[in-house]
This record gives sequence, structure tokens and C-alpha cells, in this order.
Amino acid sequence: MQVTSPIREPLVLRKDDEANPGKKRETTYADVTEDICRQVEAAPNPRWMLAMLISLTALAWGSYTLYRTWWFGIGEWGLNKTIGWAWDITNFVWWVGIGHAGTLISAILLLFRQKWRTSINRAAEAMTIFAVVCAGSFILMHMGRPWLAHWALPLPNTYGPLWVNFNSPLVWDVFAISTYLTVSLVFWYIGLIPDLATIRERAKAAGRPISAFVYGLLSFGWDGSAKTWARYEMVALVLAGLSTPLVLSVHTIVSFDFATSLIPGWHTTIFPPYFVAGAIFSGFAMVLTLMLITRYVFKLQPYITLAHIESMNKIILLTGSIVGIAYLTEFFIAWYSGVEYERYAFINRAFGPYWWAYWSMMTCNVISPQFFWFRSMRRNIYVTFGLSIVVNIGMWFERFVIIVTSLHRDFLPSSWTMFYPTYVDVGDYIFSFGLFFTLFFLFAKFLPMINMAEVKTVLASSNEAIREKGLIEVAEEAKVATNA
Amino acid sequence: MADNSNKKFLVGIFNDENVLLKAVKQLKAKSVKIHDVYTPYPVHNLDIYLGYKRSRLSKAAFLFGATGTTLAILMQVYMLSIDWPMIVGGKNFVAAPTMVPVTFEFTVLCAALGMVGTFLISNGLGPGKQAFMFDPRSTDDKFVMAIEVGKNVLSETELEAALKEHGAEAVNTKEVLTKKH
Repeated sequence: MQVTSPIREPLVLRKDDEANPGKKRETTYADVTEDICRQVEAAPNPRWMLAMLISLTALAWGSYTLYRTWWFGIGEWGLNKTIGWAWDITNFVWWVGIGHAGTLISAILLLFRQKWRTSINRAAEAMTIFAVVCAGSFILMHMGRPWLAHWALPLPNTYGPLWVNFNSPLVWDVFAISTYLTVSLVFWYIGLIPDLATIRERAKAAGRPISAFVYGLLSFGWDGSAKTWARYEMVALVLAGLSTPLVLSVHTIVSFDFATSLIPGWHTTIFPPYFVAGAIFSGFAMVLTLMLITRYVFKLQPYITLAHIESMNKIILLTGSIVGIAYLTEFFIAWYSGVEYERYAFINRAFGPYWWAYWSMMTCNVISPQFFWFRSMRRNIYVTFGLSIVVNIGMWFERFVIIVTSLHRDFLPSSWTMFYPTYVDVGDYIFSFGLFFTLFFLFAKFLPMINMAEVKTVLASSNEAIREKGLIEVAEEAKVATNA
Repeated sequence: MADNSNKKFLVGIFNDENVLLKAVKQLKAKSVKIHDVYTPYPVHNLDIYLGYKRSRLSKAAFLFGATGTTLAILMQVYMLSIDWPMIVGGKNFVAAPTMVPVTFEFTVLCAALGMVGTFLISNGLGPGKQAFMFDPRSTDDKFVMAIEVGKNVLSETELEAALKEHGAEAVNTKEVLTKKH
């Protein structure tokens, strides 16, 4: 018997009772199946088609600029002799960061037994995978010659014993990102299997042979036996245990791309934790942006409740504050180090020609999350939606500030210059958005967005009658124990 | 030569996980051999009540991870110090700190893929595998207990009565064609 404290908010809300208009009734297991499977089984609705059209348009326009990048080379970008990295790496780090919330929700919150993760973990994990795919696309883009991408792997080749340089953080990145993508994909898919079996059985019952065949293929012959579930839970737990250090390591390694260099503004030991906190911060913001839209479009309010939104906002408040402290620490250490180049790099960030990017970053990332100290703000859908977008903009500026302002004025004043993006730079960024949203909307249409099996595990603890009954039983047991 | 034979099962349908758990406990106490129980979500303690041993998948993950660690270290040492000895940035051929990230990532990759592969194989799961369902509602909202008729201490009638007595809302029979070689 699961017992939940009566002061804890239910994770699944009561539904409108069709039989008694104006009244509510408890959500049942069958309701969960029905509500989640509906969008998978129904024909695509006009809103979904419009969203796909916009995403595909962005993807098409981005594909054109991507073609120009690959056909004419990265000279199509606004890079110059001083700034060899700009939007490509900014976008790469930003997308990798966005991916982090998915793994955090699946892995770290699972280990901490945070049951509020159940309604949002599936979509967050999907978001992780798509975000990492987008991040990977920028690695391929800035290679200039993507057909030689396999050179980054330690593969035998025709040049004799020529191997990749394992001392290079860029090679560490290859291992980190590919491992992260693979493990996240496996974690997500293993979680999907039971729900795919549910859709398979419904398709069989409804006489839809193509769906039954496709979902039958995808559900791997899942039968939901007790032994399979016990092993499945073990797999989920160990994968969570493996993914937790993995999620921390990935952004740590991404930060090494900068931290192991000697460029003022990059060569700092605070980068690993600061990047990880920033990643979780931006990841949760993106989860909120997506979940608030999804919740509205697919009518998932009983499953993605204000309590879920509030919990995510609390994490945004925490990580946003960590990021704010990291900014101040960076500034302090730049002064305290006594290195003039380091001091100049930070003064230049705040008051140099890119001051607008720096102060946009500070406003979006440090000031805006502080609104979430107020409960009314944390539980306000419109404020949450607006701030989630503001945070994502701020985090993009953070990556931009770190990369571009550090590069544009380095040790040699003779090579100081500015970076101006070209339309190809912008188009490649739009490409990643098109790719991300196309993948996300395809996922939303063809796969269950909420983990039905996991939501069913918390359903009893959300049922008011069961909560009361459970509390009475516990009180009686305590009474017996005291008397004994 | 293949010999086809039928196995007969009693399939108890339950509405509530707590009723199911009590039924499993009580039927086990009567030495009834339960073939398996099928549920729409993982019911905690059900595996313990059914007498299943704790899964050894975590040990498998450890072994796969240890293999990954060894392979990653051997690969880097061989490539950077034996096959093509090269000094980079004044570091030693075998610069242990710079080997940490790749070794760690490869360990996690091997542990995760190895364990998931073991899980799929040990449960007979894989693309295109056909699931046999005693009752398809066990993927929706019902808890299904399957008991093989011939191999039990109680007769079919007694088993049916016991299932109903312990809270099964319905009891069906299902014959399964099995192939013996």
C-alpha cells in the first residue's frame, strides 16, 4: 500500500465526470491509457500539422544554408582570423546544455525517488536526444568536411599507425557526446517498450493491422510479466546510476574545450560545475517551454499539474542562482588572479563592444529566475512560459559571451576585431530549430508523450479515497505497534 | 520430431494491486504454483512474493563496465605509447589524467549497452518478437495471474474457487499450444 501525506499535492488530478456535469471523479488506470494513447491513435489534428509545417519550413531554409556551409566551406560564416569559433560552438554548447534536463529528470530524480518526474520524464528524455542530435549537427557543420567525420574516431586507417590525439579535449568531446547520445537513447527506448506494448494491444483490439504490426515490432514482444518488470526496474535503476555521473561528465568535458586552453576568460577551474549548472538551468527552461505547450495542445492538465511546474521552477531558481554566483566568482577571480589579461577580458565583457550581450545574459540568467522566489510566480503558467524563454535566450548569450568576447580581443591588440554573423550563420541556427521541432512533433504524434506505466504507479497515491484509507491503516498499525 | 501439446491455464483477472498481492501471498501459502503474473506497471514486492531471486543485472553491468575500462586503457596506452609514441604538450606517453575522460565514457557505454543487451536476451525481448498475452488488458488496467492447471496441488475447480475467494473479479481458462522437440 502506497501512502502519501495528505499535505503533499496529488501528482494526477481528478477528471471531469462526464456522467455528472460539473463534478470531478478519480482518474483510473484506463483513463491514463486512454488519455495518453489518444494523440497517438487519432488522425493528426490541424494544430499539429501547422506546427509541423513551420518546423519543416525552418528545416528547409536551414538546409539551404547548411548546403552552402558544406559546399562553399565555413568561409560562408562570419568568422575571421581572430574569431575562429563563434555561432557554431555557441549553438553546440547551448544545445548540449538543453539536453541535460532530460537525463537529470530521468536519472537523478529517479535515484532521489522524486515521483513528480513520472509525468514529464518521457518528453524530457526525448528532448535530450533531439537536443544532442542538434548539438552534434554543429560539430559536423564546423568540420567543414563532414564526410571526414570518422577521422575523429580511433579507427584503423590507411595512413599507418596514425591515431587520434587522446590528450585533446575535442577527442574527449567525441567520446562524451556519442556516449551521452547512445545511453540517453537506450534509456528512453527501454522506458518506451511497455507503453508501446499497450498501444500494440489496443491496435490489435481495434483491428488496425498496420499499427499492430509496427508497434508489435517496436515493443520487442513485451508481455509485462512480473519477472520482466523486476528486471526492467533493475535496468532502469542501474541506467540511472550510470547516467547520473554521465550527465555531469558531459558538460564538464564540454567545458574542458575552453578551460584547458590559455585564452583569458576561458582558462578557469570554475568552468566544469558552472557549465553543468547552466546546462541544467537551460534544460529545465526548455522542458518547461515544451511541456507547457504540450500540456495545452494535448489536454494533459491532469497529468502535468501546477505541482510539476512549480517543482521545475524551483530547480530553475536553484540552478539560476548557482549560475549567478558563478558569474560573480569569475569576476572576482579575474581580479584576484592579478593577471592583467584576465582582468581585461572580464572588464571588456561588461563594458566593451559586446556589453549588450553581457548585460542581456546577466538580466536573463541572474535577475529573471529570482521571480520564482514567489509561490504565485512559480505557479503562474504565463510567467513560467515567458521566463522559460527568457532563460533560454540568456543561456544562449552566456555561451556567446564566453566564446566571442574572449576571442575577439586576445593577447595581440593588432588582431583585435569584431564578429558579425552572416545569414548562413543564422540559417544554420534555424536549421537546428527546424530539426529539433520536427523530431519533437513527430515524437509527439507517434509515441506516447507521457510514461503511462510510471504514471499508473503513482495513481493510487493520488487517489483521495485511497490516501485516506492508507492513512487510517497506517494509524491503526501504529496503534497496534504502540500497544504491543 | 515435433510433438504439439496443449497446456491449460487458469487466468485470474484482478482490479487492484493490493488484492493481487494478498492473493499471491495466500495462494503461495497454499503451495499453489503460479505460472506468472502480468501487470500494467511494476508492482512493488510482487517479485518477492512470487519467490523470484534478485536480478543479477547490476553485476552484469559491473562486469561489462570493468571490461570497458580495461579496453579503453589498453586502447589508449597501445595507440599513444606503443603503436605511435608521440609527445604532446610535453606530457608523458602514458599521461594518466588525460586518459580519464575517454576511459570513463567508454566504461559507461559498455556497462549500459552490455546490461541492456543482457536484459533483452534474458527476457527474450527483441525487435519483431511476438508477445503471448494471457489477457491483453494486463497492458491497460488489469492485473492478470496465470496458473497452469495440471501441475498444481489443487484441482482446476479448487483453483478457480481459490482465485475467486482471493479477489479475482473473473477467472478464464486459456489453452496454450506448446511445441515439444
